[in-house]
Order: sequence, then structure tokens, then C-alpha cells
Amino acid sequence: MRYNERELLSLARQPAEKAAEILMRLPKKGSVLKKRLVKLVVNFLFYFRTDESEPIGALLLEHCRIAKEEENVFSISFIEEPERKYCFECDSEEQCREWIEALKRASYEFMRRSLIFYRNEIQKMTGKDPLEQFGISEEARFQLGTRK
Amino acid sequence: MKLNERSLAFYATCDSPADNAGFLYKRGERHTAYHRRWFVLKGNMLFYFEERESREPVGVIVLEGCTVELCDSAEEFTFAIRFSGAKSRTYVLAAESQAAMESWVKSLSRASFDYMRLVVRELEKQLEEMRWGPAGGCGGCQGSPTSWKPKPSGLERSLERLPPLPAVLPKENGCAVWNNVPEADRPPDTSGCSRYDSEGNPRLPPLPLRRRASSSEVGSTGAAVAESTSTFCQLHERYGREVAQLRQDWLERR
Repeated sequence: MRYNERELLSLARQPAEKAAEILMRLPKKGSVLKKRLVKLVVNFLFYFRTDESEPIGALLLEHCRIAKEEENVFSISFIEEPERKYCFECDSEEQCREWIEALKRASYEFMRRSLIFYRNEIQKMTGKDPLEQFGISEEARFQLGTRK
Repeated sequence: MKLNERSLAFYATCDSPADNAGFLYKRGERHTAYHRRWFVLKGNMLFYFEERESREPVGVIVLEGCTVELCDSAEEFTFAIRFSGAKSRTYVLAAESQAAMESWVKSLSRASFDYMRLVVRELEKQLEEMRWGPAGGCGGCQGSPTSWKPKPSGLERSLERLPPLPAVLPKENGCAVWNNVPEADRPPDTSGCSRYDSEGNPRLPPLPLRRRASSSEVGSTGAAVAESTSTFCQLHERYGREVAQLRQDWLERR
């Protein structure tokens, strides 16, 4: 699949929501845990070799499942292949918990659901649609029901 | 750089609703011929397929950080997705009608995760302030761990990037609807620049006088609220004073 790599690389250099050196294992058979710089930027998780400035890879965090595995370990897997897991071993349970929290909130879809929720709450409390002041209340992506 | 392509392809083709979909002509990179492709916008990802029934996208454009512009072109209904930075590619696309072009330009220019996040945080803050009271200007927004300082013109920048489409009717600043005192000479707010005060904090309308009396909804830890379970009159009185003060501040700052 073609993609605009230059822009994605540029995104990888942006300030991260969260970044840390974590042991990571790819879902490939026979893979071992390797120390990687893992960086969360918008809905992408980039991973770098610790001494390189360009990421080895990126995971788009949509339709994925973040799960706690054994101690200090969490995994990311995708809805269409739930057994194929990217595993991450943290330094502590706390770090593990923080990453799980952050990653669960990192998808565009999660953000959209939050927006719709807040919009609804505000509308219930005030009778006004808070998106009207931005002129975006009719946007498809902010609608409650089914979109196109 | 590796991408989780299989998951991307699944995301593109699964039945989760798209934010926009349709045929567009895409100008080639080297040759300027246009190719008709089926485009699907989901979140901040613009996928394109050879055919509408194709099982896998030919490619995807990650839209984060892009600007969308109308084009001055021999071709009708063209617009461009542009990225900053040297050697960045500009994607030139053409729609099949004026309406389609406008629809795409609108949905693409607001497709970024950043933009979505901006709006969510603004609403989050509004909700917080409604529940807990303004807590002395913007003090209330300091509390969150991922404390985000609203960029003074973040929202205007997003709005400015939109090309001159048939404009939304000038809306009065959100204050108007909650303001029970008719303001005779206040001009409608069209540019949106007064939405932020000089410190770069979004100006919020005064709290509505009508408030849910249920203390469980308003919360038990908000200091402003906790002590006031006595009588409704006292509550009403206190909020009335708050509102009057806020209104005063707002009028002065405009």
C-alpha cells in the first residue's frame, strides 16, 4: 500500500504524547524482546532502535485492542487478527498501566466518541449544541447516529 | 518504515462508517494525467482504491498536518492537499461536481487528529466549568494531568485554513443565547477572533442561570458548590452574582 512516508516520518519527529524506552516484541514467530524507543504521536505508535532517529515502524492505533498480559507486560493486537500480538515489557506495573491508559485513548475513534459524549452532555445541560459556535454541528464525523 | 498494512487495509474496508466517500480524480505524481479512484475518508486517513469494489486500497494519505486548498486549474472542481516542508508532495484531486468538491474540502480540512483533539478539549473544559464553576478564570483547566494550554489561535487557524465556501451564517458568540439581557449594539461575531481573550484563553459564556439543582450531578467536591446545599434561594442568589460578575468581565474584555 502506498503512503506518504515523508509526512509520516515528519509526524514521528513531533513532540510525543508519551515516549519511553520499552522492550518490544513483534508478533512474528521466533521474535524476541528488543529494547526500543516507543513514541505515541496522535493515533500512531512509532518504534525506533534506541540509537536511530528514524523509526523502524509505525502502528496505526485504530480498531486495536490493548490488553494487560503478565506482570509489567501489555500487548497491542488488531481486531482482524486478535492472536497476532505486539508485546511490550515495561519497567514497572505503574508504567505498564500508564501506557495501557494512554493507548486506549489514542485512537481517533475514541476521540470521536468522547466528543459526541461531551456534546450530548452539554446539550442536555444547556439546551444548546456547543458545536454551533464553531460552525461544525452538521459535520458527518460529529453525528451520533450512523454516518455515510 | 514498516506500517501495519494489513490492519490499515482492514480499517479501510471494514464496515465502520466513513467520514466521506466517493470518486475523485487524482493527479499522478510524475505524469499529470488524472486517474479516477474511489476515496474513503476515515478519521485522519484518506484511503484510495482502484475501484469501489476493490478489496484493498492502492494507497493512503495520512492527513495529519495538511492544509487543503482550492486550485486554480484548467480542470474543474480541483483542490489540493498540501503538506509543509521541502520536497513534500502535493496531492491534486478533482471532484465531479461543485457540491462534491465543497464536501470533500470541508471534511478533509477538519480531518486531523489534532483538530478533533482541540474540539474535544474545548468541550471538556466547557463541561468542567459548567459542573464545577469557573473557579477564578481559567484556573479550572490547570487540573488535568495532560494539561494542555489552549493555543490562542488554534481554532481560528483551523478555521482560517478553510477556503471561502458559502459561509456559515454569522453566529453570535455563544454568550448571546445565554445572556438574558438583550444587548442592543453588539455586532455579530463572524471572524471568531474574539473567542479568545488576551491571555489566549477561550472566552466562555456566563453560566446559564438555569441549573440542575441535583447536588449529585454538580458534584460533591467542588468547593463552590459544597457549602450551598441550604436553600435554593441562596444558591440562586450566589449563581446570580457569579453570572453578573462574569457578564461584567466579558463585556469589559470585548
